Amino acid sequence: MTDLHHASHLHTPHLHAVEDTPAFEATAGTGRNTVLSLTRVSKHFDVAGRRVQALSDISLDIQEGEFLSIVGASGCGKSTLLRLILGLDRAYEGSILLDGEKVKRPGLDRGIVFQEHRLLPWLSVEANVAVALRRSKLSARQKRDTVRWHLQLVGLEKFAEAYPAQLSGGMQQRVAIARALVNRPRFLLLDEPLGALDALTRLRLQDELKRIVRQEGITTILVTHDVDEAVYLGDRIVIMQPHPGRIAGILPVILPHAGDDSRNRSDAAFLRLRDHVLGQLGVGHGDIAIQAAE
Amino acid sequence: MNSQIKTRLARIWRAIALPLVLLAAWEAATRLNPVDPHLLPPLEDVVARGWTESRNGDFLTALLASLGRDLAGFAIGALIGTASGLALGFLRPAQAILGPTLRAHRQIALFAWVPLIAVWFGAGEPGKIAFIALAAFQPSLINTWRGVQEIPDRFRELAAVLTFSRLDFLRLVGIPAILPAIFTGLKAALIYAWQATIGAELFMTIAPGIGGVMMQGRQLFQMDLVLLTILLLGLVGAGFNTLAGLSETLLLRRRTS
Repeated sequence: MTDLHHASHLHTPHLHAVEDTPAFEATAGTGRNTVLSLTRVSKHFDVAGRRVQALSDISLDIQEGEFLSIVGASGCGKSTLLRLILGLDRAYEGSILLDGEKVKRPGLDRGIVFQEHRLLPWLSVEANVAVALRRSKLSARQKRDTVRWHLQLVGLEKFAEAYPAQLSGGMQQRVAIARALVNRPRFLLLDEPLGALDALTRLRLQDELKRIVRQEGITTILVTHDVDEAVYLGDRIVIMQPHPGRIAGILPVILPHAGDDSRNRSDAAFLRLRDHVLGQLGVGHGDIAIQAAE
Repeated sequence: MNSQIKTRLARIWRAIALPLVLLAAWEAATRLNPVDPHLLPPLEDVVARGWTESRNGDFLTALLASLGRDLAGFAIGALIGTASGLALGFLRPAQAILGPTLRAHRQIALFAWVPLIAVWFGAGEPGKIAFIALAAFQPSLINTWRGVQEIPDRFRELAAVLTFSRLDFLRLVGIPAILPAIFTGLKAALIYAWQATIGAELFMTIAPGIGGVMMQGRQLFQMDLVLLTILLLGLVGAGFNTLAGLSETLLLRRRTS
């Protein structure tokens, strides 16, 4: 690894996964426990008789209430990582512990928003959110109320009767967010949830996501290839590199919050951090990037 | 609005242009260069025949007999076919055991089953209905089966994440997702069954029905009657198609995504 101390105003960047750094303590506050713990997780696929290493030696601890951004180019295995945390794929090495328990199967304690909304086209908005409550123990009335409450949370209470095809892309994704949250999961997993939206809608939904996550106090893992988004939303940023997918560094985000919790994207510190992340991904400006990619 | 009506009229006009030309050619052939009217009777003879036949009621009786046979066979075949398609798609062992045989079965021409069915079920009414049912069975099975296989993985994954039970998966994801494929199968089954109805009436024993009328026309060398039945067959088939299309749009209206 090369010299990256041009960014030393941000605390020393950690080029390897380092847990519980002082820098992190500063952002996340004290007294928070590790609720999700990945230890030396590796995953490979057999593609046409060849072994392709998708993830290599991923170790990561996630604290309660934290907003973790995982950023990397496509093919770095970040979506695979989410699938493992979801319990959709159990063929991997290493361990993934949720509150100390091994993840064995999908559960309602983990809500997910995929890149495509995955709403069922034959169900109304309301019914699409309600399907997530099939396994819930709430009464019919409570279910109705919580669906309505979550539609309000994403600002779509007036569209309860509409069908997904009648909504814009941004609205569809908001329904998907409501569906992911309606069970009040402990974890919200976001797999490039805004990746397919236009730039303006994406910026608006970033603010909305931030507000919702704060309001619900939910531990969130966001997978994205948008560095700006990762910096804007994350408490910490995990930088991943491909072939094989591995953690290149974990950075705390310590930026002043302007007014109501939103960061100023034009702030010098924001831009420096963003450029630093880009550098670690090997796509930044000038020699910084080239050095970092070496 | 006005232009909408215009385009609609234009579409109808384009659709009926060719049949009109054919009718005109028919008329011209019988008038200008007299073809033997026994082989190709003039158009007006056929129309006149249709008029008399519909007045004495025999034709209607025959049509209803054919339709009844057709719908009975269709109902049996489509029901078994769709149910087997669902079983094949959703039950893995069923697919492994039945799949190859059914794929091979597809290679056998439909009419090759006539002798076997005639022996097993008799050439009378049960045999005819069994044959029609077999014709309806094939497309409903194949389309339903394919529909299940083509349920998008993203929805299967969603169901896994939401920890759906098998029943919930079927009710909320599986059945709605394959409904269009089932419909395609039923539509094809309706057409196949109608073809098989006439086939059964022509190749198995004589029975009241359109096929019987056709045979009668051939044996008595009444080409106007034969042509009349052919026209009627086409009309009924087109009617089935329109009906199926209408019910499909009605039932699946919300699926525009």
